[in-house]
Amino acid sequence: MWDTPHLYGRYIGISIRSQMQYRASFVMQTIGHFLVTGIEFLAVWALFARFGQLKGWSLPEVALLYGMAQVSFAIADAVSRGYDLFGNLVKSGDFDRLLLRPRTTQFQVAAQEITLKRIGRLTQGLAALAWAAMALRLPATPERVALIGAAIVGGACLFHGLVILQATAAFWTVESLEIFNILTYGGATAAEYPLTIYHDWMRRLFTWIVPIACVNYLPAYAILGRPRPPEMPAALPWLSPLMGLAFLLAARQAWGFGVRHYRSTGS
Amino acid sequence: MTPYFAILRARFAAVLQYRAAAFAGFGTQLAFGLVLIYVYEAFYRSSRGPQPMALGEVVTYIWLGQALLSLLPWDTEPDVRALIRDGGVAYELLRPVDLYALWYVRTVAWRLARAALRSTPLVIVAMVFFQMRPPASLAAGLAWAAATAGAVALACAMTSLYHVSMLWTVAGEGVTTISATLVLFLSGMMIPLPLLPAWVQRITAALPFRGLVDLPFRLYIGSIPTERLAGILLEQAGWTLAFVALGRWLLNRGLRRVAVQGG
Amino acid sequence: MPQIIVENLCKTFTVHERSSGMGGALRGVIRRRSRQVHALDGISFSVEPGELIGYIGPNGAGKSTTVKVLGGILVPDGGRCVVMGRVPWKQRIEHVRSIGVVFGQRTQLWWDLPVVESFDLLRDIYRVPRDAYARTRAEMTELLDLAPLLDVPVRQLSLGQRMRCDLAASLLHSPDILFLDEPTIGLDAVSKLAVRDFVRRLNRQRGVTVILTTHDMDDIEALCSRVVVIANGQIALDGPLEELRRRVSSERRLTVDLAGDGEEVFDPDAILVRREGNRVELSFDPSRVSAATLIARLAQRHEVSDLFVQDVPIEEVVARLYAEMGT
Repeated sequence: MWDTPHLYGRYIGISIRSQMQYRASFVMQTIGHFLVTGIEFLAVWALFARFGQLKGWSLPEVALLYGMAQVSFAIADAVSRGYDLFGNLVKSGDFDRLLLRPRTTQFQVAAQEITLKRIGRLTQGLAALAWAAMALRLPATPERVALIGAAIVGGACLFHGLVILQATAAFWTVESLEIFNILTYGGATAAEYPLTIYHDWMRRLFTWIVPIACVNYLPAYAILGRPRPPEMPAALPWLSPLMGLAFLLAARQAWGFGVRHYRSTGS
Repeated sequence: MTPYFAILRARFAAVLQYRAAAFAGFGTQLAFGLVLIYVYEAFYRSSRGPQPMALGEVVTYIWLGQALLSLLPWDTEPDVRALIRDGGVAYELLRPVDLYALWYVRTVAWRLARAALRSTPLVIVAMVFFQMRPPASLAAGLAWAAATAGAVALACAMTSLYHVSMLWTVAGEGVTTISATLVLFLSGMMIPLPLLPAWVQRITAALPFRGLVDLPFRLYIGSIPTERLAGILLEQAGWTLAFVALGRWLLNRGLRRVAVQGG
Repeated sequence: MPQIIVENLCKTFTVHERSSGMGGALRGVIRRRSRQVHALDGISFSVEPGELIGYIGPNGAGKSTTVKVLGGILVPDGGRCVVMGRVPWKQRIEHVRSIGVVFGQRTQLWWDLPVVESFDLLRDIYRVPRDAYARTRAEMTELLDLAPLLDVPVRQLSLGQRMRCDLAASLLHSPDILFLDEPTIGLDAVSKLAVRDFVRRLNRQRGVTVILTTHDMDDIEALCSRVVVIANGQIALDGPLEELRRRVSSERRLTVDLAGDGEEVFDPDAILVRREGNRVELSFDPSRVSAATLIARLAQRHEVSDLFVQDVPIEEVVARLYAEMGT
């Protein structure tokens, strides 16, 4: 068990090296990815240029939300690539081979690949976050920095959990379920803006079922020092990253359930 | 003409078969559309003054964009990518047809088939539940249809250019990704062009991309009068010819680099 | 003390059937027709350490299901299975540490990596101590002639080369039991011989227990002293190879090449199996008529340019055995 990080490092090394083989192409794709994701912020900026404010939220405040969401998503995206490929593994029957190795299936699936070129999204997310911090003149107190970090990690856990759930569906059906794309990409897009602007049903979906709210919206109340709605407990902004972690743990349970199903019904 | 029409029909039918993959976009586009609708709604409620477009128009514009996303030249056909990567291009040259025309035609079929499959359910749902409106008038609808045909021709000319540029691997990727970004933004797919600052709109007027999305959509919602259709079609056609010419010229140069792999 | 104990193993699969066409697909959404397939219907056998067993059966008989259960991949519905003191599916991770599995048609090596890097990665996955790994790898490289292949990416290897590398890969952690699933399928003749040679040596010299699943009867003849035949989820036969032959029939084959053409070949003690042009294959029971007698009789009546005598091809023996088990 203790050599797992070392082994993960070996897998990553292999994945990176094989991506680096095509260095020029890699650079080009990374730049391209940066542009494609960065253009979203351009859109946000353009909308604020026209409308001025969004239901009481200013551009720098929304930039903070945007940056946190993008960074969380980018981290999760980079480490989740193995689960994207998982469907093929089941279809080809190669998942059996993973069961024949003395390691957990989750580790082996996750370690298959890490996608570096998605670093473009990470970079522009960090840039937005940094600009927001400057524009808002946020004092970098230890609690604030810790909360931002925790929220980002919690958000990454949430998105990673969604990918795991999507991959788990492959144990039952060969079709990849659209619903998860909606939750992952739709959720990430929705998280770029404050949750208050959405209609009730979407707010409730993203707070209680798939807690996208924990990615940035809930922590933002503490980070920005905004006055809380009366029904929101004082501790909630600080504890919200745990929601992402809880979601991930639940997703891992579902995966285990999927593996058990696979092993009792065969492929 | 006949071989190209045959290819068009065959590819169209083939893509229609991949129903699962085609429908796969439906949920995602619906979700994006919804998020965008709510965002615009909130923005509109947050400011007082008049805007170049009414909220209702923006909503319809957004839904049109989500429904017709497949027509936008921001991605390339996977089959063609595989063809180039695996060296099958050489076999294409053995066919007694013009290679550029061949690729152009199959791209048209691919885009149209995907769009047909994805847009229909989305439009139905959006119109019934999410405030998407029908065309402003019959004339507007017809004008929109004509402009969309022009947009498809233009989009496929651009896509064919990407395909050709993939003969130079790295450069091809660069062209495609950078162009995808520009296309998404400058065509109006991300934000309706009338909502952008005036200086940006001056730039987009000089570029080909607005003919892909903004111009046809505004004919639909009626904010561009149908009398301007001829001018729009001319603009689209001009850019289409330019891309076709560039594509053909590059293809000739690129074919000299093609190596046959395998064996 | 048997190394592998299988007792009354049962496994049933539910196969969903779908009618064709759009109507069928729509109907299928509402109510699916399914049938039960009894892949394993109470099989029992045991294996002592160091045995080399051929596990044969027609497609769909339950061979791969058995291997999956023994490997710990699949959980059976009933019965008992103990491998080296463990229940495979209950203690998967410890269990797979001491077994090796090679699938004939799928490689376990990483496609884009040089072979040696796959080996190194497996060493880390299985936690093989460095010195033991170095020794084992050197031995495998020598026995299987892998030296020129170690730095080659797996995707560039031929099928025979890949199989040799897969064999080595499955043994790097020195397992006690090796499962080979169709290891010679698709290989050229030279590679087949190399694989067989290696497996034989592995079993005789190092005492590795080998369970060989195959359709290739030459593999069986070359390697296995004991065969287990499975058909329709049940064990049809479990014993030495000779018993397999003896069990179905006592029969030998005489093949003659006639000089003349179109002659009727007839003998009271022989049955015509096949005729191709001038070549005639006859089946006879050696207990009723000896080969020598039969040959003499035929030579009197026909002009024979060539002949040979052989046992019934094992494929036919097995096929008959399957048929006897009933479908």
